[in-house]
Amino acid sequence: MSDATSNANTIDAPTPEKGIAAAEAKNNPVLAADGTPLKKSLRRALRAQKLRALMLIAPLLIFVLVTFIAPILDMLFRSIENQIVSDTLPRTTSQLSEWDPATDELPPEAVYEAFYYDLFAAVEARQHTRLGQRLNYENTGVSSLFRGSGRDLDDFREDQVEYIEDFSPEWEDAGYWLSLMSGEGGEDFLDTRRDAILALIRESKRSPLGDLWCATIATCATAPEDIDIGYTPSAEVIDLLPRTSEAYADFALITVLEEEDSIAEEEPWEAVYVALAQDLAETPESELAAFSGPQAQALVDLKAGLADVEAQSFRDLFAQSDDDWVTPSPWRTIQTYAPAYTTGYFLNAADMQKTPDGPEFRPENERIYGLLLQRTMFLSLTITFSCILLGYPIAYLLSNLPMRTANLLMILVLLPFWTSLLVRTSAWKVMLQQQGVINDVLVWLGLVGDGSRLVMINNQFGTIVAMTHILLPFMILPMYSVMSTIPPSYVRAAKSLGATNWTTFWRVYFPQSVPGIGAGSILVFILSIGYYITPEIVGGTTGTFISNRIAYHISSSLNWGLAAALGSILLVVVLALYWAYDRIVGIDNVKLGG
Amino acid sequence: MSDTVVITETKTLPYSFTLPVVGGAGAFFGLFVGTAQGSGLLGVVIGFVLCAALAWVALSLAGVKNEKGFKWGCIALFLVAGFLVGGAPGLVLGGLFGWFLGWFIYWIGRGRYRMFLPPYLTGGQVLWHYSFRVICGAIFVFLITPILVVMPLSFNAENFFTFTPEMLSFDPAGYSLRHYRDFFSSAEWQQALRNSLMIAPVATLLAVGFGTLAAIGLSQPHVPFRQAIMAILISPMIVPLIISAAGMYFFYSRIGLQGTYVGVVLAHAALGIPFVIITVTATLVGFDRSLTRAAANMGANPVTTFFRVQMPLILPGVISGGLFAFITSFDEVVVVLFVGSANQQTLPWQMFTGLREQISPTILAVATILVGISIVLLTTVELLRRRSERLRGLSPG
Repeated sequence: MSDATSNANTIDAPTPEKGIAAAEAKNNPVLAADGTPLKKSLRRALRAQKLRALMLIAPLLIFVLVTFIAPILDMLFRSIENQIVSDTLPRTTSQLSEWDPATDELPPEAVYEAFYYDLFAAVEARQHTRLGQRLNYENTGVSSLFRGSGRDLDDFREDQVEYIEDFSPEWEDAGYWLSLMSGEGGEDFLDTRRDAILALIRESKRSPLGDLWCATIATCATAPEDIDIGYTPSAEVIDLLPRTSEAYADFALITVLEEEDSIAEEEPWEAVYVALAQDLAETPESELAAFSGPQAQALVDLKAGLADVEAQSFRDLFAQSDDDWVTPSPWRTIQTYAPAYTTGYFLNAADMQKTPDGPEFRPENERIYGLLLQRTMFLSLTITFSCILLGYPIAYLLSNLPMRTANLLMILVLLPFWTSLLVRTSAWKVMLQQQGVINDVLVWLGLVGDGSRLVMINNQFGTIVAMTHILLPFMILPMYSVMSTIPPSYVRAAKSLGATNWTTFWRVYFPQSVPGIGAGSILVFILSIGYYITPEIVGGTTGTFISNRIAYHISSSLNWGLAAALGSILLVVVLALYWAYDRIVGIDNVKLGG
Repeated sequence: MSDTVVITETKTLPYSFTLPVVGGAGAFFGLFVGTAQGSGLLGVVIGFVLCAALAWVALSLAGVKNEKGFKWGCIALFLVAGFLVGGAPGLVLGGLFGWFLGWFIYWIGRGRYRMFLPPYLTGGQVLWHYSFRVICGAIFVFLITPILVVMPLSFNAENFFTFTPEMLSFDPAGYSLRHYRDFFSSAEWQQALRNSLMIAPVATLLAVGFGTLAAIGLSQPHVPFRQAIMAILISPMIVPLIISAAGMYFFYSRIGLQGTYVGVVLAHAALGIPFVIITVTATLVGFDRSLTRAAANMGANPVTTFFRVQMPLILPGVISGGLFAFITSFDEVVVVLFVGSANQQTLPWQMFTGLREQISPTILAVATILVGISIVLLTTVELLRRRSERLRGLSPG
């Protein structure tokens, strides 16, 4: 049995390949039984073998790629993705791109106008607070600015809106509006608006695969791009009243897709009235009179009436709502974060911020991530070092004891290894608390007064002790597997040549055990740098890691982009270590449970 | 170590060595008893004198002939002394100390500590030998104590996380099964247990099914991109859990799996796969390929060969890989916190929130049960590993 297990690749005996090479050297190809050259048929067999191996691996590979690698890539993508600004304020960002943020001049009126229509749709879709929150990460105060103005938006150009509503009762009728806007030839227009609104309400379209799935296997709700809005825009109206058509289309799409109401029953938003007033003011009367719809005369009359109603500029209206809108600061922020991809999150994770003059360090007192990364490194190194210190004697003892005793003692190492992480963490909480077991014993022994119990938890000490305990088996096992291969005869030889105990250990034994230390250290360091649960429970505020901050940004502050950027940085560090581990130890040599 | 041969003769050592050493040990323990009673110095003095006197009694009056009698006397003496000083806990500690002292006096006084060591070692070397053992012993205590402390505390009758005076005096009233009752009667904990038992086995099955196939593929002699594939398959073990959890949270909510049972199962299966790959490929390293060739030679088709020849031989590896995958899923909390919703609350999740928010000793009862489970799993894996090594003829162990 043991003969057969020796590795076939290392046998140096005549093989078919050598035979073929020898025959070919004589220019005399060897033929297989069916007459094809043997080399060719061997190659075919090899290809079949490779294919079979790949077929066996493929299911798992696909599984891991979909369930694990894709999420990691998605996280990397999220760390630079920044579509929320341009999705929520598409018109504003395109208008704003012309503006030069370096000057102290305010953006032109066109920007304020575009911002009014964007923000109105965003408020109706309840997305403006999300955007405010996003921009608040970069410029504190923007969030309340958005929320405040979001409430005032309904009253902008109130006089015009009221004038139109009072002009004739039919302008308050949903059906009248619908018949005005409906017509032919506006399908493409509606589709463009639909894409914009879907991006705004953050509902993704279904993929072709998803459509196939819904059509053949499952019964799904209608995809958002297939839902009937209830009207077809008229191409003529789009030309005649461009702003009104756009505002009405936005109203129709959000009403149907988000509120799930019918536009035949809902009165349009105030923004539609404002758009109509603006359009009428700019369209000559002759064009209005030439409109083929029955509402032509009504439009002409309305235009004449509206001429007397005063309309404040959008900039003034925003200024009345909040003074900050007439400072360049919020506009600079919007412009800086308008592109669909940003390095902002990474800069944030490196304690920097984007300014119009390029990236800059944040003020000294706001730099937390550098400190956090330093602390994570320091704690991980301390834990790794304590593991070496505690693991080395144990591994040495285990590899020098007789087999039977070593196996018995090994159980003491393996039992913690197999015990649930939370069990061990809760055990340390029980032990280290101020009213915990260690403090009780110390008080009972009289070493510590009852009033001056030691604080061992919710600080760095707690994290280091608990994590050293949890990761110690990961240090001992690789060390043990290296040390048990060191032949004892070397030590004996050194001693018989007159070396002292210390010299023997330091010059002969220790150098041979270094690979074990290396393997164990990298493993422990990789594991500790990404720890979350234990620091969360025993670490308090000073003993937490960068992972705790990532978790905080995902679940509490909802700054997913920053969480993803921090995660990407951590991932790069770990992958570099993983690569080093692979070079030093080899992934194939990872052993579990001894 | 008792099975090793005696290589150094024992003899009674001079009192000038024995008495100070034993007295020193006595002084060390006396210090603790003394400080607990109020005066450390008095404890040291009494401990030193008492132990040195006992050593003299043992070696000059009792001798080796009456060794047993002296040891029992010693235990009895300290039982009584302990009870008088510290009540029931003192009784136990006193008994233990008496047993230790009886053994220690003879071990030192008769030079038994050199019995299994080569006669040529210097005093310093012998001292280092035993100091090293004591250091290692302390590290083992560090490794195992937290687990051992949890178990008795789970029988606490009070709602405390520490030993109550009743528990220390071994009063039956201090102990109860109420936390276990809590665990078995609380709907929340039972739901958590059910969720864990619904998620872990399915994730294990997925991991083992895909993983075994892939491991067999990977151990074929000619696999293109073997290194790269291996790196991808092992990566769930290397990437920090918080990153996997974050990525899965983002991605699974994109495709509608976040907060669903299927999502959690898929995530846990992905995390368990590296363990299956590692253990099964390790088993396959020693697999004798000529056996499959022999089977094919005798007319078995690949499927029959796999199930009748290869599978029985690599089964131990597959099972221990499966156990690893199971414990990974069963213990996992970070990913389920993010990928799961309240409906997928597992046992570790429940423990985690319990530890963070309302601290109740029910957690300790659950912990004890989980330690029991891990002991069973550990034993199984060890037995399987030995069986597999025996089958492959690698080691006699």
